[in-house]
Amino acid sequence: MEREHIIKQYDAELNEIRTLLLQMGGKVEVMISNSIKALVDRDSDLADRTIASDHEVNHLEVLTDEKCLEVLARRQPACRDLRFLTLALKIVTDLERIGDQCVSISNRVKELNEEPALKPYIDLPRLAEAARAMVRESLDAFVRGDEQLAAAVCENDQFVDDLNMQIQRELLTFMMEDPSTISRALKLNYISKYLERIADHSTNVAEMVIFMVKGKDIRHTSMS
Amino acid sequence: MELRTIRAIPDPVLEITTLNLYYGTSRALKDITLSIPRKQVTAFIGPSGCGKSTLLRCFNRMNDLLDNVRIEGSITLDGEEITTPALDVISLRRRVGMVFQQSNPFPKSIYENIVYGLRIAGVKDKATLDETVEKSLRGAAIWDEVKDRLHESALGLSGGQAQRICIARAIAVNPEIILMDEPCSALDPIATAKIEELINELKEQYTVVIVTHNMQQAARVSDFTAFLYLGELIEFDDTKKIFTNPDNRHTEDYITGRFG
Repeated sequence: MEREHIIKQYDAELNEIRTLLLQMGGKVEVMISNSIKALVDRDSDLADRTIASDHEVNHLEVLTDEKCLEVLARRQPACRDLRFLTLALKIVTDLERIGDQCVSISNRVKELNEEPALKPYIDLPRLAEAARAMVRESLDAFVRGDEQLAAAVCENDQFVDDLNMQIQRELLTFMMEDPSTISRALKLNYISKYLERIADHSTNVAEMVIFMVKGKDIRHTSMS
Repeated sequence: MELRTIRAIPDPVLEITTLNLYYGTSRALKDITLSIPRKQVTAFIGPSGCGKSTLLRCFNRMNDLLDNVRIEGSITLDGEEITTPALDVISLRRRVGMVFQQSNPFPKSIYENIVYGLRIAGVKDKATLDETVEKSLRGAAIWDEVKDRLHESALGLSGGQAQRICIARAIAVNPEIILMDEPCSALDPIATAKIEELINELKEQYTVVIVTHNMQQAARVSDFTAFLYLGELIEFDDTKKIFTNPDNRHTEDYITGRFG
């Protein structure tokens, strides 16, 4: 059980940063779900609203960065507190990028909605759900300091990679059989790739959690 | 985490082995085993009463000046045992100098402060004394400030200057080790920064062991840090490790302000 700081305000400040990160995570999760819903339902208005909501993510990024900087200046953190704050700054960047990927997905969806649907979408929603879950779990792992949950997120990345490859192979088959599908198939290809990148960002967060908890950097090793 | 990592040091200048110190029947230091690295800065940190100043004072037998103090165990300086009662402690205190929290320039001129140790050792040659004064004051980064008033009283100096005179006085007798017991506690931030910069230069020639209540200072100036608690050595390692990822939970709780 982690002890509290003698200075209570310090704990309050760290909790505020946790809350901001969870809020940011919540918003990008909604963006992931909505961008894929906009695809399945062929709803360009929803795609537009998803794109507009990226401003809220960017605003949270600024707030969180400011708060982290303030705590670094005032508290001169060390050890686990120092790791938490420096990693929070990096995680903010990953979340903001996830928001950007969702904007890209939504833009492709709007383009796809100009043409008839290529096929029923089964795998892309599965991929989106897997990526969304990874975002949620990697952030939960960070705020709770749960290295086991973080390790599970790292393992789930394989499922996402495999599903992305499968989607790409299937779309390639479409394109080879019928060149008139190329435009739509390529856009779907991009969407799959954006989702795979979202999962990669979540894996980054999870690796940072392991570093934060254990003090061991597993990035770019076979453990990751 | 109950791990107590005590980093091994190749070629240490001081080796402390199973050291126990008693004030009467009360055991103030418990089974301390530690090696102090040569020509590096080692910081002792820990809450009040943990034994860090007591341990520091063992290295130049200053605890001899207190009544009722008893030591068991071994401390060697360059392989030579220094806990033996028959040891020439005056000679030891030349080799292991000390600077205190409250600077204590003698009520003499700046010049006489610096040459005091040499005069006691019988050095009379003026050229040697003059040379030592300049070298020591330069070594303490205060020559330029006082070179034109060497024969004025040292009592007229500011706190930060007086502390540097005390450091110059310690290095005038060519020590191996300089012990510092909270040398900056009575100084303002600028004077503190000057002493910290000086410590960084001193370690090129001398081993420095510093006791400090200021954890950020320990993090800034030291190469190695020892965390003591209730008379025991809990952890000793690279300062970088102690302040980013210590092995022991108590060490981390103390450093992050979760203690108490």
